[in-house]
Amino acid sequence: MNVFELKSVCYQYESVTALDQVSLAIESGTRVALLGANGSGKSTLLRVLDALYFPDSGEVRFHGEPIARERFEDDRFAFDFRRRVGLLFQNPDVQLFNPTVFDEVAFAPLQLRWTRDEITRRVGGMLEQMEIAHLKDRPPHRLSGGEKKRVALASVLVLDPEVLLLDEPTAALDPRSQSQIIDLLIGWGDGSKTVIAATHDLGLVEDIADYCFVLQNGRVAGEGKPADVVRNQALLERANLIHAHRHRHGPDKMHSHPHTHPHRHE
Amino acid sequence: MKATFIERTLASLTSTAEYAARAELMAAEGGVLQRIDPRVKVAGMLALVIVVAASHSLAAIGAIFIAAMVLAVLSRVSLARIAVWIWGPALFFTGTIAIPAVFLTPGPPLMSWGSVAITVTGLRSAAFLIARAETAATLSGLMVLTTPWPHVLKALRTFRFPMVFVAILGMTYRYLFVMLQTAFEMFESRKSRTVGELSPPERRRLAASAAGVLLSKSIHLSGDVHLAMQSRGFRGEVYLIDEFQATAADWGWAAGFCAFAAAALWWGR
Repeated sequence: MNVFELKSVCYQYESVTALDQVSLAIESGTRVALLGANGSGKSTLLRVLDALYFPDSGEVRFHGEPIARERFEDDRFAFDFRRRVGLLFQNPDVQLFNPTVFDEVAFAPLQLRWTRDEITRRVGGMLEQMEIAHLKDRPPHRLSGGEKKRVALASVLVLDPEVLLLDEPTAALDPRSQSQIIDLLIGWGDGSKTVIAATHDLGLVEDIADYCFVLQNGRVAGEGKPADVVRNQALLERANLIHAHRHRHGPDKMHSHPHTHPHRHE
Repeated sequence: MKATFIERTLASLTSTAEYAARAELMAAEGGVLQRIDPRVKVAGMLALVIVVAASHSLAAIGAIFIAAMVLAVLSRVSLARIAVWIWGPALFFTGTIAIPAVFLTPGPPLMSWGSVAITVTGLRSAAFLIARAETAATLSGLMVLTTPWPHVLKALRTFRFPMVFVAILGMTYRYLFVMLQTAFEMFESRKSRTVGELSPPERRRLAASAAGVLLSKSIHLSGDVHLAMQSRGFRGEVYLIDEFQATAADWGWAAGFCAFAAAALWWGR
């Protein structure tokens, strides 16, 4: 069963084409990586999947049902979709707008009109799980980068969505915070959830994904299992995910070869 | 050593952030106003602001001003801080308008220097303008300083203030800190690349370009923030985990605000 199906999706920011005839299908319960260099359309694609942007042309289906702007005028449909699909933004400052960490994590459950007891219980549990319970009364904008990311993630995971969309989940984090976030994502959902992560970090892919799509200039340039994609040097070079590493051998000999950073810092 | 333009701007940005942080702490203090139901407080303070605007008696406005000062003291809000944060800026802005009115408003002269005269009517108009502005600013300031901002917003929604208006107020406050941080980083990076003092034209160019970049960044950020809120189910309404529950004391305060506002209105009719 496909959780998302996109057919010939196009999206433009004024004169800039962000997505160009994107067609793909994502199976329920899989972990997918959207690989691409900066400006390749990854973030736009995630926003289309989260129904924050609607395509200029083409079709997006969620569990076989078409997703269109008009459907979100119906509160029941909108709340159901928002409950089932969560998006972690790349910049946590965008996502943290409440006076305290507790209020931040409680924001989505409050919008969905959960009961006060349910919210208190679920938010408390989520803060413990993310090891941020000690921060619950702190204003989110005064936390460190790693703490902000964990609060932003908690604010999405508290709804226990069946689909988790992640935009560069480890960007601008120190190695320890990166490792914590990755471990948390690996363990989340016990394989029952769909996780779609946009990244340009090839070192992450095999840890966080079962399948990859490579984006280049708003198009799907390739797809496959992580091990196969990571080995496809021509595809990665074309998509600007690896670069030629040039160095000298002796006084006059210049040598170059593809260069990747496949290791993960612990 | 004299601080440069960039250093002065950085110091000013830091003090603004500190001001906002201190204001948040005050809202959590256990004073008199902090204990009142936000709906009663918002309605009571707004009623007094309306009375101040409608009053034709300086004495009635003065009585409301004194009552506001008493409430500030009982709510552990320092009068010195109010003087710096509210009275000074309000006096500066209204004074800019009021001082010319002292000379320009026609009426019987009180003092004159040749063709220039201070008129009784002008002085009275200026006194009313400054008294109204200072008192209204004090009441509004007290309301904001003694109430957590989300509670102010929720109380406004209770009184059917338009959702768009309340949402804009909410966003403005939430992103004050992010914009301050951005401005701080911009000026810090500029400082790291600047040697010596900037000339006045350079300062003007720097201030204008910083304002432009901040505006552009804030437009981009506000769009993203709205998307992040939508993504988590936001449909425009403000919901809080703390439901307002008016107690007998709150009803007492509501009656007190009504009686005081009615008396001041009658006095200043």
